[in-house]
Amino acid sequence: MMDKKHITERDIVLEIKDLQKSFGDNHVINGFNLKLYQGENLVIMGKSGSGKSVMIKCLVGLMELDSGSISVMDKDITNLDQRALDILRADIGFLFQGSALYDSMTVRENLEFPLRRHSDRFDETNTEAMVMEALESVGLIHAIDLMPSELSGGMQKRVALARTLILKPKIMLYDEPTSGLDPITSKEIIMLMQEIQKKYGTSSLIITHDVDCARVISDRMILLIDGTNYAEGSFADLSKREDPKIKAFFKNK
Amino acid sequence: MHIFTNIKSASKSFFTEIGELSFFTVRFFKDVLKRPLELKELGRQCYNMGNRSLFLVCITGFIIGLVITLQTRPTLMEFGAASWMPSMVSISIVREIGPIIIALVCAGRIGSSIGAELGSMRVTEQIDAMEVSGTNPFKYLVVTRVLAVTLMLPLLVIIGDAIALYGSFLIENSKGNVSFTLYFNQVFNALEFADIIPATIKTFFFGLAIGIVGCYKGYYCKKGTAGVGKAANSAVVVASLLLFVIDFIAVFVTDIFFDL
Ligand SMILES: Nc1ncnc2c1ncn2[C@@H]1O[C@H](COP(=O)(O)OP(=O)(O)O)[C@@H](O)[C@H]1O
Ligand SMILES: [Mg+2]
Repeated sequence: MMDKKHITERDIVLEIKDLQKSFGDNHVINGFNLKLYQGENLVIMGKSGSGKSVMIKCLVGLMELDSGSISVMDKDITNLDQRALDILRADIGFLFQGSALYDSMTVRENLEFPLRRHSDRFDETNTEAMVMEALESVGLIHAIDLMPSELSGGMQKRVALARTLILKPKIMLYDEPTSGLDPITSKEIIMLMQEIQKKYGTSSLIITHDVDCARVISDRMILLIDGTNYAEGSFADLSKREDPKIKAFFKNK
Repeated sequence: MHIFTNIKSASKSFFTEIGELSFFTVRFFKDVLKRPLELKELGRQCYNMGNRSLFLVCITGFIIGLVITLQTRPTLMEFGAASWMPSMVSISIVREIGPIIIALVCAGRIGSSIGAELGSMRVTEQIDAMEVSGTNPFKYLVVTRVLAVTLMLPLLVIIGDAIALYGSFLIENSKGNVSFTLYFNQVFNALEFADIIPATIKTFFFGLAIGIVGCYKGYYCKKGTAGVGKAANSAVVVASLLLFVIDFIAVFVTDIFFDL
């Protein structure tokens, strides 16, 4: 219990207050709140179509919010200019649901792409070494000259992970990192996420509807139901609740 | 009643589309000189587009030359004006038929591939990934492609025209034994700046239209594989229609300024 108290007093790296977002009459997010603390793994769980991707895209300014506020490392992302937003985004790694590798580029070019805009952050002669280091941390050095279409789904995820790691982000956002993968590959990706967490000391926000993933990786969980943060707590805590809406998530395990 | 509501909703989406397209065009002109200029990507796109359409343009040009000459010849013979062939054919090819047909071919070839490529990049979140990695996707993807078509289309049209004229020469040569020098002397005597300049300026606008429409359709592609197909398809349809509208305006304006 002492420990828990200690966690809540740590620095907040990311905070969402009363987020609202609708598309026409479709009110997807209706007052969602969240705090991500330094160094923790926060899992957001929600049904498919409940607005998880919408929420995470608002976080990095890919979608505009209707109302509410989002601050990332003490900066309000809703009123940053483009330059400031790009600088902030370099500290945020975003793993997309479908990997989103650039399919006209090789793995190497994919990894080099984020580097071209942030040459102020590192020595440019070092590009090759950075690409190698990132690929090594996902165990895919041998795939460096392949095209994304030549990789399996799991390998694509790992390359995408390497691409987000290359700028050494302080916050990682994972949009359904295990969806569409078989159970064994899912486990590999989860282990990789844990290794990265240890190696780079990132704070992570993980969106998923995969109970196994949530159990293994979460320090804390938030359930996104009806567009709000319906319940919060540890995995052990939430999986014991009697509320039918919460129970539905943990049924088939 | 039913037809009336259909027309109403169709015209509504027609006007929204025109509005959005204009907005997209304005954004293109705003971003075109912004740094970074992405010259490497521009070069790559120019090469790709030229490379992919060159063969098609050559074939089309050659056939236009053959067909026009074969069709025009008997009529001119009837009036005893066969010696006018080179000037007739060159003027109709350079002023009108070459630009519009080659632009239509490129709308099919380049417009659809831009629509499909950007559409699938949108659907698979590659455009979002680009944006979060600090690259302006509009600048990197849209501006480079639109510029590339705008620059390449005039070049392709000139190549197509030249090949069409050569095709026409082959027919003339086989029927009337006209020498290469004589034929092309007559061609260049017939062509004036008033034919060549407006026709070339027009092709820049054709290229701009193909690029803008293809990018617009792809960039705002709806989710799903069906969305990508639709983006590619409507890129061709809308661009082709727009080509005729621009052609009409161009002819109209040329008529005023050059007093033909
Ligand atoms: N760009 C968009 N335009 C309109 N509706 C959207 C858009 N993006 C998402 N939605 C809607 O928002 C809802 C939530 O979508 P999403 O966040 O992708 O769900 P998930 O939780 O599975 O990631 C869905 O009903 C979807 O139709
Ligand atoms: Mg999603």
